[in-house]
Amino acid sequence: MRTYHQLTDPDRSGLAEQIATQRRRVAERLAGVRRIVAVMSGKGGVGKSYVTAHLARALARAGHATGVLDADLNGPTIPRLLEAPHAARRTSDEGVEPATGLDDVRCISMGQLLDDGQPLMFRGPVAESFVWRGAMEAAALREFLGDVAWGSLDMLLLDLPPGVQRYIELCDILGTAPAVLTVTIPTPESRDAVQRAMRAAVERGSELLGIVENMVGAQFEGNAADDLAGEFATQVLARISWHPSAAVWDQLGSRISHIQPPTSHAP
Amino acid sequence: MKFLCVECDQQMAFGERELPGDGTLAATFKCPKCGRVVAMLTNPMETQLVSSLGVEIGGRTVPAEAFEMVNSMVVTGGPAWSSDAQERLARVPNFVRGMVKKIYADYAKERGITEITPAIMDTARAELGLEGM
Repeated sequence: MRTYHQLTDPDRSGLAEQIATQRRRVAERLAGVRRIVAVMSGKGGVGKSYVTAHLARALARAGHATGVLDADLNGPTIPRLLEAPHAARRTSDEGVEPATGLDDVRCISMGQLLDDGQPLMFRGPVAESFVWRGAMEAAALREFLGDVAWGSLDMLLLDLPPGVQRYIELCDILGTAPAVLTVTIPTPESRDAVQRAMRAAVERGSELLGIVENMVGAQFEGNAADDLAGEFATQVLARISWHPSAAVWDQLGSRISHIQPPTSHAP
Repeated sequence: MKFLCVECDQQMAFGERELPGDGTLAATFKCPKCGRVVAMLTNPMETQLVSSLGVEIGGRTVPAEAFEMVNSMVVTGGPAWSSDAQERLARVPNFVRGMVKKIYADYAKERGITEITPAIMDTARAELGLEGM
């Protein structure tokens, strides 16, 4: 009996072509984005969204057209951090218009679509929903990437949830590994979790832009950023104290914007 | 997925797709040589899994709309807001915006209103005494 790959007649469903169309849609949509940067950490609660939002604002203040895609679909916080309109889902001929937050940062987030306090739930069979829920979340991420009319952007920051699952989905949807900015806090526990995420990023081929060490001060002990920078031969871009000044973010934005992508990693 | 008529050693061709409305899917495939037809029946979980990929068995007749899956599958939990209403809500100070939005949403929900427009907001404001919101 012949096997799958031995059947080569045209398939009217064209599922492979439909998937290819989705990828083209994402690629065409993001063609106007000069640089995509995933902000990630293997650890939760280290301030990824906080860093993402303030970095985006600093970049925008410096004159760079900046967007933020809140890829934390289950715990979206970007709309509040950027004070973006809560209920933004306007669709034009170009696609879904992103909301505009502080310092004119454009953003899209599941938080703008859900009612207050509403957890992310999908319509569908409740029994064994774990089988399909992950695929639904990946599809939502794909639509955020492929359907939002960002326009021309100098930088699109992707605020990822803890862990590496969303990063892997992102690589698959983009068809390439985005540059990665890593956020950690100083503790050894954070270092260990972030180390796994950075290793996953390296294995996928992401360019490591550097590390932001957040919540630096007497409250947390450790050298996570230095340890990780040494292990992965990258740089500590900023150490953020509990109450940083705007200048700290401006310096971080300046450093990030001056890192040129290697040709093999563009965008 | 593909279907093979083992007896004829022929790849079967897609026939038609049916969505009975109970979350299941039926798709028929026909052997181009002997004419045998088989039906693929998927349970709700399997149907949902295919749907989550954003593909349609049998092929797409029209391109996917923007936010097709998000709009149809995500439970937003409240009434829709028109563009004008969204703009008006955006002018409410951030620290009370969530509360104001909930008041309008509750008002709409209690009255079975599915979309909040500026006219609905005006009516609610007058009825509930929400001057300035």
